Amino acid sequence: MTRFVDIASLEDIPRQGARLIRTAEGCVAVFRTADDRLFALDDRCPHKGGPLSEGIVHGHQVTCPLHNWVFDLNTGTAQGADEGTVRTWPVRVSDGRVLITADLLTRSQAA
Amino acid sequence: MKKKLVVIGAGMASGRLLEHLFDAAPDAWDVTLFNGEPRGNYNRLMLSPVLSGEKTYDQIVTHDADWYAAHGVDCRFGEPVVHIDRDARVVHSNHSSAPYDALVIATGSAPFIIPVPGKDLPGVVAYRDLEDTQAMMATAGKDAVVIGGGLLGLEAAAGMAAQGARVTVIHLMGHLMERQLDPAAGYLLQKDLESRGITVHCKGATKAILGEDRAEAVLLEDGTVYPADLVCMAVGIRPETRIAVDAHLEVERGIVVDDALRTSDPHIFALGECVEHRGQLFGLVAPLYDQAKVLAKTLQDHAAEFRPVQTATKLKVTGCDLFSAGDFAEGEGREDIVFRDPGRGIYKRLVLQDSRIIGVVMYGETGDGNWFYGLMKDGTDIADMRDTLIFGPAFLGGAAPDPMAAVAALPPEAEICGCNGVCKGTIVQAVQNGAATLDAVRSCTKASGSCGTCTGLVEQVMALTLGGAVVSAPAGMCKCTDHSHEDVRRLIKSMGLKSIPAVMQELGWKTVGGCHSCRPALNFYLLAEWPLDYRDDRQSRFVNERNHANIQKDGTYSVVPRMWGGVTTPAELRAIADAAEKYDVPMVKVTGGQRIDLLGVRKEDLPHMWADLNAAGLVSGHAYSKGLRTVKTCVGKEFCRVGTQDSTGLGIKLEKLMWGSWTPHKLKLGVSGCPRNCAEATCKDIGVVCVDSGYNISIGGAAGMEVRETEHLASTPSEDEAIAIILAVTQLYREHARYLDRIWKWMNKVDLDWIRAQVVDDLDNRRALVERFEISQSVYRRDPWADLSTPSETPKWGPLADLTLEAAE
Repeated sequence: MTRFVDIASLEDIPRQGARLIRTAEGCVAVFRTADDRLFALDDRCPHKGGPLSEGIVHGHQVTCPLHNWVFDLNTGTAQGADEGTVRTWPVRVSDGRVLITADLLTRSQAA
Repeated sequence: MKKKLVVIGAGMASGRLLEHLFDAAPDAWDVTLFNGEPRGNYNRLMLSPVLSGEKTYDQIVTHDADWYAAHGVDCRFGEPVVHIDRDARVVHSNHSSAPYDALVIATGSAPFIIPVPGKDLPGVVAYRDLEDTQAMMATAGKDAVVIGGGLLGLEAAAGMAAQGARVTVIHLMGHLMERQLDPAAGYLLQKDLESRGITVHCKGATKAILGEDRAEAVLLEDGTVYPADLVCMAVGIRPETRIAVDAHLEVERGIVVDDALRTSDPHIFALGECVEHRGQLFGLVAPLYDQAKVLAKTLQDHAAEFRPVQTATKLKVTGCDLFSAGDFAEGEGREDIVFRDPGRGIYKRLVLQDSRIIGVVMYGETGDGNWFYGLMKDGTDIADMRDTLIFGPAFLGGAAPDPMAAVAALPPEAEICGCNGVCKGTIVQAVQNGAATLDAVRSCTKASGSCGTCTGLVEQVMALTLGGAVVSAPAGMCKCTDHSHEDVRRLIKSMGLKSIPAVMQELGWKTVGGCHSCRPALNFYLLAEWPLDYRDDRQSRFVNERNHANIQKDGTYSVVPRMWGGVTTPAELRAIADAAEKYDVPMVKVTGGQRIDLLGVRKEDLPHMWADLNAAGLVSGHAYSKGLRTVKTCVGKEFCRVGTQDSTGLGIKLEKLMWGSWTPHKLKLGVSGCPRNCAEATCKDIGVVCVDSGYNISIGGAAGMEVRETEHLASTPSEDEAIAIILAVTQLYREHARYLDRIWKWMNKVDLDWIRAQVVDDLDNRRALVERFEISQSVYRRDPWADLSTPSETPKWGPLADLTLEAAE
């Protein structure tokens, strides 16, 4: 079972925007969509390393600010003709608090 | 042996006749075509877009020289026929003659000129042909009076207003377009026209046109006088029958024809606006096309009968959306269903008799017009749907407010293109047979090929038939919508849409939250249209504009403080140097826009650096924005021995007035103090080159992927006027250009002459533009760095959490 840690208030993340967290696994972008759903993805576009946290969030998708690759926030996969995947992390809202997987506290064996 | 066909008049009806004839029997006839106008057939309905500048003459030609040549038509253009010799079966012009086996008279109609003193003065025109249109196109900045507030008169008025004329419409009746509209819709139309600066005078009877050598003013019976450099008479038309009268054919109000379109002479036929059929005259294009179809059959000895049907009317004035069909006078046994939305200027009225629709009037929102019109034509019993009828087919289906639902609900026989009588089924069939683009559908069905107002509907039918997988998204601004940039801007204004969600809801966006392409465009259009009501949406901005710095490839940012006109001080330079050292800036570079760039700043350091720079009086240089970037200057007459004006001073004034403004794309200015042009002003978006006599303003330069020299806009001796013109042209660009078009691109689309008419010649308009720019600047002329480096904002620039620290604990 996934353990979660409380990292911030939901209001700290702008709607249709993202904030960055530093983790043992590198930088992770926490997105908040217009319908107040949260998603956490590695903040690194597989194309040229663009910061996804700075992209425009539309629906449940984000567009990388460097070259307009579009990723599905649910799965982390690139949309359309582009091919690539970004790692996603479990994140959820509870009582207005943002909870993210405790896996990010420690470096995984594989990395 | 081919038979000889002579046609008098190259208009839309005879053009269509020839098409049918050549399609059905390409080798049956040798055709000779006489025309009084020195040209072939063009789409007369499209003179209005030509007048308003949306189209050129070339774009409305329907049959060009190649077409006539390919079909072996002997064209005698500029040769009016003066005599028909019925016994010998020969027609004569002043230059030539031609024998016929069959003769078609298609002389159309002549404008009705009201018999008042002054009607023959130069400067009095009708609105019938290209010459009239060209006269009206030259009215920018002048006074024009249109006599007649019907369909044609209003299109003339709106067209001249779009050209920058001050227009007055004089109408004899109590409300505009009284034959097509009821008083309520007439009122909304009048309000819309007045809001675009057109004066409307109803119940006005013209007494005389005043003037010595040419028209100067119009005098009404009630004593009112309107100045007029040009008077356009648009009170009506009468069939042009002179040639038929001279030939002793039977003529009443028009040339009398039977159901096969034959005149009283069995070898002579007539069609178009010159004919009278069973006591009725014809002015709209749809019945004329029907006549062409019938006459083509008659000429091939096939039996065919012309049966006129009711037609619907639409006004081709951009932004005035009206629809009218049938009979809407009040009367015994008639009932009305009325829907009004005053806030949005919408009015819909259905007139019912015996549970059937007999009249439709709609204003402001006419999308369901064709559906109602179909119910009316078919005589459908509407008793069952009466309660919700007025809300249209989408509501009846209980579907979501999807713009496509209304189209999907239409039956196959619903008429989509009224001009050419094309129904939905025909378009669907064409698409299924492989017509995948609008042009292809147009060429095989003629749908939307005449007046063009149904283009959007045709595209929607195509999209439905193609199952959503539209191969070429023809005009949509992105994959989220089929509306073009221009349409979206227009609808934001006319529907009063003031937020991105409102635009997406009302215009039927196909995606949930738009995309990276439409969101920044919508954000700009909204803030440009509603500067006081709409709040800039940072989340719809590209990273640079959201973070007020330029992102670099490694994710760091560059910071460029503003240096007004490129002028700085030791204290400012010291502050910049201090900031560079304090935040370990890896590179300090001088930019091409006469300022200093600090490259490689970490995001979380941005607000701290800004606060430090603010403390020294430095503000954002907006080196990252689709907005005013820099005003590059030379030292001007203060120091330079050849400078003619204070170019540095003017540059600083312009930058202080314009900084912070958002524009469709980036905006760079240059001011040079003499024609040596050290500030390189002639490759900027807006450039000023000072000379002894004043200021030469030019626009539309580029020095990027495109390299272009600016084109001259205006010259003035006054610095104040130069500033006003520059602010006005900037506002005009903000209000009209498509998002991401630089000035040169926009200028190519709208034409420099039009821009000049708006901001140089028309002083009232210039003032109004400057005023609107100033209103917008009252919101946006402020430093975003100061706003975003407050104690409450600063923490948002750093990470939300640092789990590496927690892990270490």
